[in-house]
Amino acid sequence: MNRFVADLHIHTCLSPCAELDMTPLRIIDAAVKNGLDIIAISDHNSAENAEIAMKIAQDKGITVLPAMEIASYEEAHVLAIFDSIDKVMNLQEVVYKNLPDGIADEKLRGYQLVVNERDEILGFNKRLLFGATNLSVKTLVDTIHSFGGLAVASHIDKEIFSVISQLGFISDDIAFDALEISYNTKRERAEAVFGEYKSIPWITSSDAHHLGDIGRRTTTFLLEEPSLEEIALAFKGKRRIEWSDGVMK
Amino acid sequence: MLKVSDIAEKVGLDIGVKGELNKDITGCYISDLLSDVMANSKDGELWITLQTHPNIVAVAVIKGLSGIIITNGRFPEPDTVKKAESENITIFTTHKTTFEIAGLLYNMLK
Repeated sequence: MNRFVADLHIHTCLSPCAELDMTPLRIIDAAVKNGLDIIAISDHNSAENAEIAMKIAQDKGITVLPAMEIASYEEAHVLAIFDSIDKVMNLQEVVYKNLPDGIADEKLRGYQLVVNERDEILGFNKRLLFGATNLSVKTLVDTIHSFGGLAVASHIDKEIFSVISQLGFISDDIAFDALEISYNTKRERAEAVFGEYKSIPWITSSDAHHLGDIGRRTTTFLLEEPSLEEIALAFKGKRRIEWSDGVMK
Repeated sequence: MLKVSDIAEKVGLDIGVKGELNKDITGCYISDLLSDVMANSKDGELWITLQTHPNIVAVAVIKGLSGIIITNGRFPEPDTVKKAESENITIFTTHKTTFEIAGLLYNMLK
């Protein structure tokens, strides 16, 4: 088994709340510089910058997993992590169908940029990516699984947009593969507050919206290879998962 | 004191699940964050929300709430209905907004 340092929650300039310099090219450079082995590109309700990130990463010794951070009907955020662009695009189609109609006001929420491997702007996504889908969190998690992805409850320690803030607690009907603790909460505190959820594996990640955030929290996986399949085994308890408050190298 | 059985007609609510209708309504709490309802609602209060997940029933039971009103034309999920039936929690539904329902209830409960 080898140790792989992972940051599975990174936004690009496609997310309206992320900095405009969060281009796939710069993200990959920062991730490599910070010693990360696996990252997931997880924009709000869209994966339109994921393929280019995977392409840029091809010869850089880093694995990029295409992902999305989807808002459920209850406004709980869920990370959907995949191993192929086709699978994430299948889910994106469902997500787009379930987003509210309307055109994003860039002055209000920020630009939603789709870029290429040279940091050139290919277009502006005009959908309400910051909106919530019309999918219940249970339906959303089941849909992610049906398309072959892993479903991770985002930042369960946040006071808003977490499954716990929105739904009070995590009920057994929602089949999360893992729970994410955000950068803001120390491991010791998380153990004290969320101890009842120890039956589901925990990860931590940066939820990066700025280049400087990338890798500020990471999860180390002991895997045979840096793949979604191996991470899935880790979530099933068949591979080790380690993390603490500090950055693991 | 106003009872759960009184308000459907007075406020114009549809009954989604008929639970314990003889409960006294001590007040009202409005929030769509279940974590907030768990922290701040009080025994006997009616709860107005947009949320429809089965967890709303659990929160109502834990907090001793007198009933749940789901506004804006949303309906409880099938599992929510089942759970409310088994826990004897009343769920009202309405096409009116939270603002309209709160306004009507405020004058009756203040």
